[in-house]
Amino acid sequence: MTTPEPRAHGRVAQLLLDGGSSNLADGEWHRLHPLTPLFKGGLVFIIVLGIVFANLRDRLIYLAVGLFAPHEMSSEIEIDSDDPVSRALDWIIGNNLIVLVLVGLVVIVAIVIVCYWLVWRFQQFRITDENVEVKKGIIFRSQRRAPLDRVQGVNLTRPFPARLIGMAKLTLEGAGTGADVALEYLATNRAEQVRADILRLASGVRQAKAEARAPEQDSSVGGTFSRGVTNIIAGVDNDDVVPESVVRIPLGRLIGSQAITGLLWLMFFFVLIIAFVIVPVAIFEDGADKWIILAVTALTTGIPMVIAAVAIVWSALSKGFRYSIAPTPDGVRVSSGMLTTVTRTIPPGRVHAVEVTQNLLWRPFGWWSVRINRMGGQQASQQNSSQAATAAMILPVGTRADAERVVSLLLPAAPTGDQLFVWEHGVLGPQEADPFTVIPKRAYFWHWLQRGRLGVRVTSFAMLVRRGRLGRRLAVFPLARIQGVSVSQGLFARAQRLAHLRAHTVPGPVSGEVRALEMDDAQRLADLIGRGALAAAENDSTHRWASTRSPS
Amino acid sequence: MNESQTPPPPEPNPSSDPQTPPTRRDLRADLPPTPPAHGAQEPAAYPSSVPPLPPVPPLPPEPVADPDFPPAREPIGAPEVLDEGTYTQLREPRGGLALDGTWHQISPKYVVSQLVQEIALLVIVAVAAVVVASLSGQWWPWLVGGAIAAATIVSLIILPRQAKALGFMLRGDDIVFRRGILWQRLIAVPYGRMQLIDITHGPLDRVFGISKLKMVTAAASTGVEVPGLATPAAEALRDTLIEVAETRRTGL
Repeated sequence: MTTPEPRAHGRVAQLLLDGGSSNLADGEWHRLHPLTPLFKGGLVFIIVLGIVFANLRDRLIYLAVGLFAPHEMSSEIEIDSDDPVSRALDWIIGNNLIVLVLVGLVVIVAIVIVCYWLVWRFQQFRITDENVEVKKGIIFRSQRRAPLDRVQGVNLTRPFPARLIGMAKLTLEGAGTGADVALEYLATNRAEQVRADILRLASGVRQAKAEARAPEQDSSVGGTFSRGVTNIIAGVDNDDVVPESVVRIPLGRLIGSQAITGLLWLMFFFVLIIAFVIVPVAIFEDGADKWIILAVTALTTGIPMVIAAVAIVWSALSKGFRYSIAPTPDGVRVSSGMLTTVTRTIPPGRVHAVEVTQNLLWRPFGWWSVRINRMGGQQASQQNSSQAATAAMILPVGTRADAERVVSLLLPAAPTGDQLFVWEHGVLGPQEADPFTVIPKRAYFWHWLQRGRLGVRVTSFAMLVRRGRLGRRLAVFPLARIQGVSVSQGLFARAQRLAHLRAHTVPGPVSGEVRALEMDDAQRLADLIGRGALAAAENDSTHRWASTRSPS
Repeated sequence: MNESQTPPPPEPNPSSDPQTPPTRRDLRADLPPTPPAHGAQEPAAYPSSVPPLPPVPPLPPEPVADPDFPPAREPIGAPEVLDEGTYTQLREPRGGLALDGTWHQISPKYVVSQLVQEIALLVIVAVAAVVVASLSGQWWPWLVGGAIAAATIVSLIILPRQAKALGFMLRGDDIVFRRGILWQRLIAVPYGRMQLIDITHGPLDRVFGISKLKMVTAAASTGVEVPGLATPAAEALRDTLIEVAETRRTGL
């Protein structure tokens, strides 16, 4: 962080031999896309225009009629001038101040434009080999610096309006609350190049290494994931190739998977309504009123239900439409979205927990979903939102083969032997010779449904937590990312000699708690996980994933 | 966490051999088109460029032993000042979680400081209840005041016990923090995982010369807070922790 500025420039130029594909990653200050102020200010402008139009609708119609069809005009037309805007307008016309007001308007618009232009003008960013920096503000200057080896992910968001003019927002997720650095907006192709450059810099690729790799450039991209992302890196040229997704989600499955859970609720309400409204009315009412009441009930309940069904399908679509997940040299790239396309790139070693889940209704279809815990730089208020839930969802729905692929992408360092524990023993439940440490018989009282299933396994790479018999869940916590391990015990647990084990990770939907283990087991496992986490963390160099060894 | 004290349960059959031929059908090998166990009906039509999944070794017939991790390092040397003027006997529940090693405890001044605060609160509640009750002529302020007072008094009674159950241990690789008697919690945080260490002391804490030390990791749930350390002890602990963390630094 103490890099002197002139050196930074030199090192970046050295680092990326071609100067970076975007020529923005050169350690110099750059500005964002010149249309940014228009786009940001334009929204405000449209809103103001909308308000004005809504207020002056009558008057405008009157004017239009006066312009195009003067003979239809009659002096009887009374304009309802109750609202303040109309009254102000009347007063202005009455006092012959139109010119003055027009000049004033022009001045205001000019001032707004100049303000936005100034904001744009003063907002600059630069990318060095250590940091991405953004400085902005005219009176209150702020400068934000995100160290590259702590970048948790790079997101490319393309909101619908911005997509129309080919702009995108690039967000660097830092490690910490409110640590995001956003570059909005850049031209889409430039944003993609900047993303590639940032990730290459973050990967710690050293120049010497890049040169050494040059001869064997096209050798290993097709290799298996299990050799690790480190091995997949086969040089600069592959960065800009759009990788092919390893998972396809057919539209029917996407909608079906959401509908099956959402529609179940709808059915539930439907049955309730039939049982408590329709049936009593049909039985006890007589005469013509009966049909009216039935029709009204059908309408008042049917319309919201149709809306809810549409909403369910819509949310499914917006979550997983055009879903793709692919390995790139810089991590896993996940993109999805219908109107707003979000492309997230998760560098290796930033995944703190992975969970494979299947709810009961999905089981006949063999569908699974995959969620992760990772460090994001959102504000605390965003962390519990549905947005965060969407961000944690890596695979909305997929077959077992899909889920296996995704898990092995997310955890490239996992030894192949571990898959056995994940799938055969872990996800699919206790089988003979179960390697998981499960809860003892006397704890069945607390977890009756999960008896024999709720359990933990520690492998050389990760801690696995198996949960849920009806809805199956298996969580994988790479030991190298575990932040701490705790054992706790309450009054009742002590009487039964039970204890609760918990692995602590960054906040997210995947919980590392296993309750009601045998007390001795819990303490032994806590010790094992503690030692394992340390050994794994010392051998871990994924925060500079492409350099041979960790520089820090 | 304590290899030495609690006898480890019998290792789940250490004689297992992972190379034994499969005794069950290998579920992975025949996934498409008819996976037997879970009935996924997806006749995988993936692009040919997708690398094949690595082969899965056959299921071993016996449970596999736990992995071998290097043993923990020797405990780090704790500064003398940590144990000056603190409680000397950790209050542990009988038959609860236990851990071998040297526990460092907090200063008894913490209890006094909390006592003063709670009593001040009691006085305020009593005054408020009297004023509101006499002004409004109602009886309910006594109820509210009484409830708050009762809760405060209960917490006052268990406070010394709680304070004696607070402890931390500096082990070779991690710091272990414990608290609680009825509801007991032990947490181990590796030194390399510490993001920052926070020392706070309020006005009353300053009078009694104690401070609260808080360790922040990337996981919000670890929540390691040691209240009631004598200020020199807190500073010494902070310096020790930072020094150790410097040498064991890891990524997030």
